[in-house]
Amino acid sequence: MGFIKEARMLVKENIRDYGMYIALFVIMLTFSIMTDGLFMSSRNISNLLDSTGYIAVLAVGMTLVIVIRHIDLSVGFAAGFLGAIAAILLTKMGLPIYVTIPVILVLGIVIGLFNGLLIAKYAIPSFVATLAGMLIFRGALLQVTEKTGTIIIKDDAFNAIGNGFIPSLMIVNGLHLLSLILGLLSILLYIYSEISTRRNKIKYQFDVVSKGIFTFKLIFVSAIIAYVTWILAGYNGFSWTVVIMLLVVVAYHFLTTKTVLGRHIYAVGSNPEAAHLSGINVNKITYMVFGSMGMLAALSGILFTSRLQSATTTAGTLFELDAIAAAYVGGVSSAGGVGKVTGAIIGAIVMASLSSGMNLLGVGVSMQYMIRGGVLVAAVLFDVMTRKKRG
Amino acid sequence: MSGYILEMNEISKSFTGVKALSNVNFKVRKGEIHCLIGENGAGKSTLMKVLSGVYPYGTYEGDIVFEESVQQFNKISDSVQTGIVIIYQELALFPDLTVYENIFVGNEVKRGNLVDWNQTIAEAKKMLKRVGLDVNPETLVKDLSVGKQQLVEIAKALSKDVKLLILDEPTAALNEDDSENLLKLLGELKKQGITSIMISHKLKEVISIADQATVLRDGKTICTLDASKGEISENMIIKNMVGRDIDDIYPKRPDKKIGETILELNDWSAYSTELGRHVLRDIDFHVKKGEIVGIAGLMGSGRTELALSVFGNPKNYKLEGHLKVLGVEKTFKHTSDAIKSGIAYVTEDRKGDGLFLIQDIKNNITAANLNEVADKGIINENEEVKRATEYKRSMYIKASSLEQTVGNLSGGNQQKVSLGKWLFVGPKILILDEPTRGIDVGAKFEIYTIMNQLISEGMSIIMISSELGEVLGMSDRVYVMAEGRMKGELPIEEANQENIMQLATQ
Repeated sequence: MGFIKEARMLVKENIRDYGMYIALFVIMLTFSIMTDGLFMSSRNISNLLDSTGYIAVLAVGMTLVIVIRHIDLSVGFAAGFLGAIAAILLTKMGLPIYVTIPVILVLGIVIGLFNGLLIAKYAIPSFVATLAGMLIFRGALLQVTEKTGTIIIKDDAFNAIGNGFIPSLMIVNGLHLLSLILGLLSILLYIYSEISTRRNKIKYQFDVVSKGIFTFKLIFVSAIIAYVTWILAGYNGFSWTVVIMLLVVVAYHFLTTKTVLGRHIYAVGSNPEAAHLSGINVNKITYMVFGSMGMLAALSGILFTSRLQSATTTAGTLFELDAIAAAYVGGVSSAGGVGKVTGAIIGAIVMASLSSGMNLLGVGVSMQYMIRGGVLVAAVLFDVMTRKKRG
Repeated sequence: MSGYILEMNEISKSFTGVKALSNVNFKVRKGEIHCLIGENGAGKSTLMKVLSGVYPYGTYEGDIVFEESVQQFNKISDSVQTGIVIIYQELALFPDLTVYENIFVGNEVKRGNLVDWNQTIAEAKKMLKRVGLDVNPETLVKDLSVGKQQLVEIAKALSKDVKLLILDEPTAALNEDDSENLLKLLGELKKQGITSIMISHKLKEVISIADQATVLRDGKTICTLDASKGEISENMIIKNMVGRDIDDIYPKRPDKKIGETILELNDWSAYSTELGRHVLRDIDFHVKKGEIVGIAGLMGSGRTELALSVFGNPKNYKLEGHLKVLGVEKTFKHTSDAIKSGIAYVTEDRKGDGLFLIQDIKNNITAANLNEVADKGIINENEEVKRATEYKRSMYIKASSLEQTVGNLSGGNQQKVSLGKWLFVGPKILILDEPTRGIDVGAKFEIYTIMNQLISEGMSIIMISSELGEVLGMSDRVYVMAEGRMKGELPIEEANQENIMQLATQ
């Protein structure tokens, strides 16, 4: 089989998976041209990724929630509320950051498990249960910030999570050394894992893609990592937000694709009755998915509060809908059982890129909302159409 | 005058190449009660769907003559307008609406463009009186018993000026009193000049009520029996219903090596809170190592409920009695407990609750036992592919690759994936619920071959089947169920279609 022919076949078979990447590429290219390269500048990309962080982690959790055929509307204000609690713990109670963060994350898990309890045990539709949660946390957020109004946080370590960058060690030609090293390490790690996977497959005598395609893929992905690293290293290097976001994606990607638990989540999503008859505890999976959603909501709250260096009375407004939109743009299906964590991140970056690009172009807020709505519909439409073709 | 209200002449109907009906003749005299009898899959429901316009004119061959004129129904409302009303086994009522709303739904009593509710209620009262149902028309349908709901259905039919009333197994879900009431009502309606066709499996009912009975088998009319000539008897009906030999579609049995009792049920009862009745009562049952036990019975006789009650009770029945696996008493809290004890259940509804249709063959095969190919919760994908490939080969699954989506496979191959999934668990007891429903003869043979191979390896199989031929061809022992009870146990040497049918229709 020729190189081109094989490549074309691979793209055709995986068009749903590649669709988002292509869309992201087109969006970035368009904005770069329209802004004379300003869009792809180090500073803008760095800002863009940082402002995506708190939505992206929510989108990861939301993807799993939607995969098991539920929804969680409470995460926005849960994030806002937990962020405010974090601020109170840090400022009023004077707790150190290494106590505060675990406490907030555990609180998030508790909140998620409570949602899971209502949904799994008492069979309350998730839409209703989490809508109630949304109202409750909105009220709770107002309550705890009522007397003080905005709570300013003065803890530098905490504020660094949303604004700081990893230390640079040394500046080489205006580039941050540690970020470069990290980028290089991830490229090496990527190449190593791909090669070992391929070796293993060959050992089991399975089909693998041809050497040409394999090498091309390695070079292509490495080049992208290198490019992003180079861009970020040219500004302030990797921010803590980006590092956290990457860690979440890697952990969840591993969990969903490589573990028994992950497979069970998708089994429950594709057919709950069959999952039950297969000995999978559907309720337990529901608890875990909502528990994880709660934890990620807490993380989102920490990221956002830290980014603003304060807890505000309106923190978390519409986060849940941004996260849901990102998940759908990322290819999750409301019929259940379909959707990838990596897709959610790409979806979040697509939405953030749209905002950022349109801001650079001076597009008004009113137009921005409408365009983002249009993109959401287009993404889901693409998904529906490609699925019809296959089915 | 022919005296026939309905004549269905030379009706044939095919589904993607399979003939469901071939040249069926069915004639109903005006003002009689005519019973339609046949095994599951004999074509009764298909014939009634042709008559009522579910399958529109042009999708079948032959013609329907109703009141001496040829009818061409394109949809159900056409047949209703002509005066033919069908009442299905699953009632088509709206549980959260009142009795009077249900009676006149789609047929509202109007004044101008608005519904005249007062008139509706008055009319509903009249209809209820005709069916002898003494309830307030403003009662919600969900608050009525199944028997009364059935009467509401009939009242609804009467409100549409029905001339020919068709009832599909009307007494299947009723207790004895309600059944008797219903049969009495049919007699009343007969006096009022309404002709009825009743599909029934209960031969006693047929004998007590039918003026004529037509027997269908394998999509063909076998005979029409006339009560006035004394032709309707249990023997006559059963003989005509089954009347065929087991073809040699069953592979030769391996040598039997039947061992100790592996699964045992004593005084086993199950109560469904959802249905508000017992689905199983006082069941005694056992399976030995290396045997195939057939469970025969009609639909709704409690066979699937029995399987589910043993398999970790996913429907949350209230269970009573004793369940023993290898002599040890067990209580399963979840399907996973049953699986751990070596029980596997291959569902009758592979698309509904058996397979993950949007996932590939590999994921389906390993779904119930992922830990087999995982280490500390992390899946070894290569090992998984290797093992799944073995099952694909040994189950004769025909597919281009393991990555093929299960939803795109044929019924036979889906069934083999479903079977493979459960064999991957390595069970000691395999419960097969309608293992060959809706699959072609070739795939059936392959599944039978696999079953024989499994018991020769020491597995025990419980096979629930509506196909008597299959039960007789494959089992070592046959249990017969009806109305949630074990009606009898027959060694295979003594079992035949007649005595099974007799027990199943008690």
